[in-house]
Amino acid sequence: MTESPSTKPANGDVCQRVKNGLKPERNGLAKSLYRCHEKKSKHHGQPEEEEEVNATSHHGVPYCRPFVESYEQTPMLPAVFTYMSYGILTIFGYLRDFLRYWKIERCNIAGEKEEQRDFVPLYQDFENFYTRNIYIRIRDNWNRPLCGVPGATMDLLERTSPDYNWTFVQSGRVLQDVINLGSYNYLGFAENKGLCADAAAEITKKYGVGVASTRQELGNLDRHEELEKLVARFLGVESAMSFGMGFATNSMNIPALSGKGCLLLSDELNHASLVLGARLSGSTIRVFKHNNMQSLEKLLREAIVHGQPRTRRPWKKILIVVEGIYSMEGSIVRLPEMIALKKRYKAYLYLDEAHSIGALGPRGRGVVDYFGLDPCDVDVMMGTFTKSFGAAGGYIAGKRELIEYLRSHSHSAVYASSMSPPVVEQIITSMKCIMGEDGTTIGCDRVHQLAKNAVYFRRKLQKMGFIIYGNEDSPVVPMMLYMPAKIAAFSREMLKRNIGVVGVGFPATPIIESRARFCISAAHTKDVLDRALSVISEVGDLVNLKYSRQKIQPSVARFFDDNVFEDIDD
Amino acid sequence: MNLREYLAWLYYQYLLITGIYVLEPWEKSIFNSILFSVITMVIYTSYVFVPIHVRLALEFFSGIFGGQPESTMALVN
Repeated sequence: MTESPSTKPANGDVCQRVKNGLKPERNGLAKSLYRCHEKKSKHHGQPEEEEEVNATSHHGVPYCRPFVESYEQTPMLPAVFTYMSYGILTIFGYLRDFLRYWKIERCNIAGEKEEQRDFVPLYQDFENFYTRNIYIRIRDNWNRPLCGVPGATMDLLERTSPDYNWTFVQSGRVLQDVINLGSYNYLGFAENKGLCADAAAEITKKYGVGVASTRQELGNLDRHEELEKLVARFLGVESAMSFGMGFATNSMNIPALSGKGCLLLSDELNHASLVLGARLSGSTIRVFKHNNMQSLEKLLREAIVHGQPRTRRPWKKILIVVEGIYSMEGSIVRLPEMIALKKRYKAYLYLDEAHSIGALGPRGRGVVDYFGLDPCDVDVMMGTFTKSFGAAGGYIAGKRELIEYLRSHSHSAVYASSMSPPVVEQIITSMKCIMGEDGTTIGCDRVHQLAKNAVYFRRKLQKMGFIIYGNEDSPVVPMMLYMPAKIAAFSREMLKRNIGVVGVGFPATPIIESRARFCISAAHTKDVLDRALSVISEVGDLVNLKYSRQKIQPSVARFFDDNVFEDIDD
Repeated sequence: MNLREYLAWLYYQYLLITGIYVLEPWEKSIFNSILFSVITMVIYTSYVFVPIHVRLALEFFSGIFGGQPESTMALVN
């Protein structure tokens, strides 16, 4: 983000720009940490933009780089049309349900049997109605079968549906070289050639593929031990532990860390695995607004002052559960402020770096590296190997005592079978590559390439006029679509032009905020990105998706057009 | 040709905005025919009744501001 004379404050202090009538607290900044800087905000206001910028602070919370997030408000006309289209689709849904009930039409989806007609209905709630009448109609945009490696390009099996998506018929043709903008392949390690694949093949010849036991019994291979030491060194913590499945890491370990009498403060938009783990643990859960430090501080103060609900006893522990990058919003957690809050109120922090490990930071070590903080400040660092390392599984890292405790008390360690050897080898090789220990600079180059790609792609899309959510550095780019018919139209038109994208609607997002989510990869070259951008612009004009009303300043846009790729060989 | 493409694009936008795009063809026809008949009725009603109402309103307001004595029988006719 460039610093023009208007953004840089005169004496190097915090520049807190209030935009569009929004108060500083709306930004999510913790008010108490900026007590002495409120009076400086008056002469920096510019009413057009809706972005919020924090430059460096001199004694409060250290943000050593500008933290720019944008969540443009939903424009009114698309919102009205979205509600209208959901209303029309609901009416037609009722019509079709009526026809199905009176047997005028055949029911292709699961329903109750004749004998169960008088029992409590199983399929009458809104989720099932939505699935039957809206999701099935546009279902051909999901579960597309791939027949190759999901790298920068992929091969898809072509399929058609004779009866409007109730059944699919594969024609046998393969769509070759479809540009992949949906896989979580941030550093491009999902490949079937190269160092990692060879190492995995070697290890399969030696150890086989199955482990046939749990970690606690006979499933603890020496490769697992080496992997855990490597992960601990990568993150800069004392020790780490790996698990076979990323979702299970969250849902099975949070119950081991907190129980009755503990308080979990979790973000509004946390992933389903964190929510499931929190509910399974039996602790009290309180939700704070997304990335909003003021809301979190208020909850912390209230919890400490009032204690447990009936007995007023102090909480056994307070655990703040957040993610590094939120995959539906593309936003990055405000880690420096969160660590300051946690230290002041003596709470613990559980950081889920599923999307940010390997993808953020100058050395690829995740969101802690991105902000330049000390990894020992985060009590429990969790992450997955699925996204940036091209493998599967998850890890938890932290102090030695914590990991020793989890080895015997975690459900996943005791009951789930351990990670398969080729997967372990893929992680070890890719992690060594990122750290530079295999002697090449491939890992380092990929980390920088991803950062450049992400910023370039985001800027270009915003300049074209689409509404993009999230932080400007995150490689997850959600583009707003709003209307349910446009999710289907966008995805189908992009596939016709040989680009595969992921559209997301209800229930993963709020009902009117459906979006297309692009995941940028280091394996995408500039040509691939340019082709993707031109096609997205064309489809955006066809489907009429350019809703944005922000004006990007021409000086900033020109900087990114000319200079961002000047040091890359074409 | 340009006009035809433009009209096709407008129809496509109408399909997307109302959400009809995802429905089966017979459902599209039902919705289009209902909408078309409602719009036709609106146009017909406005063609028949709006001039009369406008004339009545103008006479009413000119009666307040102008103040010329007019008989009520003239208003009804």
